Amino acid sequence: MSTPTTLFDKVWQAHEVHRSESGQSLLWIDRHFVHEGSFHAFNKLAERELPVARPDLTFGIADHYVPTVARDLAGVADPKVRSMIEQLSHNTQQHGVTLFGLDDPRQGIVHVLGPEQGLTQPGMVMVCGDSHTATHGAFGSIAFGIGASEVAHVLATQTLWQSKPKVMRITVDGQLAEGITAKDIALTWIARLGADGARGYAIEYAGEAIRSLSMEARLTLCNLSIEGGGRCGMIAPDQTTFDYLRERPWSPQGEAFEQACAYWSTLYSDPDASFDLEVTLHANEIAPTVTWGVSPEEALPIDHAVPDPEQLSDPAKARQARDSLAYMGLTPGQKLTDITIDRVFIGSCTNARIEDLRAAAAVLAGHKSRVPGMVSPGSTLVKTQAEAEGLDRIFIDAGLEWRHSGCSMCVGMNGDLVASGERCASTTNRNFKGRQGPGARTHLMSPAMVAAAAVNGRLADVRTLAADDNATVQASGAH
Amino acid sequence: MQPITVLNTLGVALAAANVDTDQLIPARFMKEPRSVGYGQFLLYDVRHDEQGRPDAEFILHRPNAANAEVMVSRRNFGAGSSREAAVYALVDYGFRCVVAPSFGDIFASNAVNNGLLPAVVEEDDAERLLAALGDAPAAIDVDLEQQVIRVAEVEVSFSISPVWRTKLLNGWDDIDMTRQHADSITDFAARYLARYPWTTAQPPESTIISKG
Repeated sequence: MSTPTTLFDKVWQAHEVHRSESGQSLLWIDRHFVHEGSFHAFNKLAERELPVARPDLTFGIADHYVPTVARDLAGVADPKVRSMIEQLSHNTQQHGVTLFGLDDPRQGIVHVLGPEQGLTQPGMVMVCGDSHTATHGAFGSIAFGIGASEVAHVLATQTLWQSKPKVMRITVDGQLAEGITAKDIALTWIARLGADGARGYAIEYAGEAIRSLSMEARLTLCNLSIEGGGRCGMIAPDQTTFDYLRERPWSPQGEAFEQACAYWSTLYSDPDASFDLEVTLHANEIAPTVTWGVSPEEALPIDHAVPDPEQLSDPAKARQARDSLAYMGLTPGQKLTDITIDRVFIGSCTNARIEDLRAAAAVLAGHKSRVPGMVSPGSTLVKTQAEAEGLDRIFIDAGLEWRHSGCSMCVGMNGDLVASGERCASTTNRNFKGRQGPGARTHLMSPAMVAAAAVNGRLADVRTLAADDNATVQASGAH
Repeated sequence: MQPITVLNTLGVALAAANVDTDQLIPARFMKEPRSVGYGQFLLYDVRHDEQGRPDAEFILHRPNAANAEVMVSRRNFGAGSSREAAVYALVDYGFRCVVAPSFGDIFASNAVNNGLLPAVVEEDDAERLLAALGDAPAAIDVDLEQQVIRVAEVEVSFSISPVWRTKLLNGWDDIDMTRQHADSITDFAARYLARYPWTTAQPPESTIISKG
């Protein structure tokens, strides 16, 4: 009988080209995504006069620097931003790499586009020069972010040297209550284990609550693996995965799909497989969660108050909390629901898929946002779909801007920035100092929670907001 | 890449946890070509005010800081974005080693690929080093062969993966190393693609169609 094996080990072993004496593995790469920021890597390739080894397995996506106001390159005021987009077109064209460019109807954020197009498939090893590449692990692939030197290495060889990480399993038992999302699962485990709690580990998410998640929600959960320090995050593929992939443009078609599906069905952790670390949560421990500080680990359920550093016994934690509260302009012990906001942002590779937009629109419908804000769909196809469903009208009627797709205000590279000192309720992934702009203050939360914050002008519990709405409906129905 | 064996140099203390790569280099500077020198962008928003005026009290603005080659910091250094530009900023500033209780995974790989040593020390030892360095650049020795760091009377050991240690000691480059395996890669690819034929990406017949 063969040794019980984890999902991670099954995929890893299938990709091992060579193992060095020191124990490093040279891994075959199935999919490599490049974006505007990959120019350093293309320059390294040019210095060595090397071709791209497998242009057919390399895909270019314009997302980090693209304008969201219009799809017009000439309209980009900053010549350096324009040049970033142009360099990607030039480099992909020169090497015969497929480009999903600014004016492509399929354009989108790489981690939304890959799954949507069927480029992301179970059992693959996938890399991109972007730390949120872990997203693609939702399909049961090993997917992780790499730096420019590694991007150059993959371009030149279609392989990458990696030391095998340890494997941890995060199990979420039970069923999530109404209003609790994948974002809340992620912020809860990161708050519990720390922003480096999964450092050195590949994560497998398992359990009843995970199995019940839609493909979109699984993508959100795996996306945030890096925020807890994980090398990657993955979920065993199942019928939800297969149904999602069937008839996607780049999915295998017909007989090939059935053949692939038969293999994909073998990709799960064997019942007796052992993990280096096991963490278990129960779904009923998870509440709508928001961040209050400048690291994703600084997160709490919405009905809590921000910590008082004087009450923290660990001096390192007290020091960090004091620094975070100063940057965020918050008072020790202040209730989270008393925090007023200046702006909202709905977008990013974390939470800008169609389900996310539906969830936010459901809360906003019939309401006005008390603060300005923008919505940037995760891809142009998501945008088209949302418009077909009338979601754009809900956002616009609420007073929010309906933008084109891109990384936008999550990272601000295209100029979509939160002003210094402004407080933004955001569906994104990082509340780091200055992430959304110098001096910007970010609170991370789910799309429905951002919508609830918009309606209230302050952080709010979407569960009580929904209850109030029902009460209003019932009251008006009685008249 | 320049090999590292022993550094007898100046060190600076950056007494903060979670110094993420967005802090190490804000995103707005990443459009610049490397040739401009990324050192000027290092920790830009941490050491300048909103008008771009340098904070004279900040450690990197103290006398002799320009000669420092070692930075000591707290846990989770280099977390976050995979931007190798964070390492370029440190390297172009003149740093050759960062010491911390833990590093973001991707940052650490990027560091080694650019000849920057990410030395992992125990949390208590990081605090001892920070205290010994104080608030001005001070003498520090880092010995990669012995895996030891010294500041005045404080001596601590550090850890690093043996693979990375070898790479840094020799200044090796991965692409050169891998190209020695070109034949195995070709053989592997043929076997792999025969077994998992659907992983070869087949362009769709129609380019736009997507499921909702």
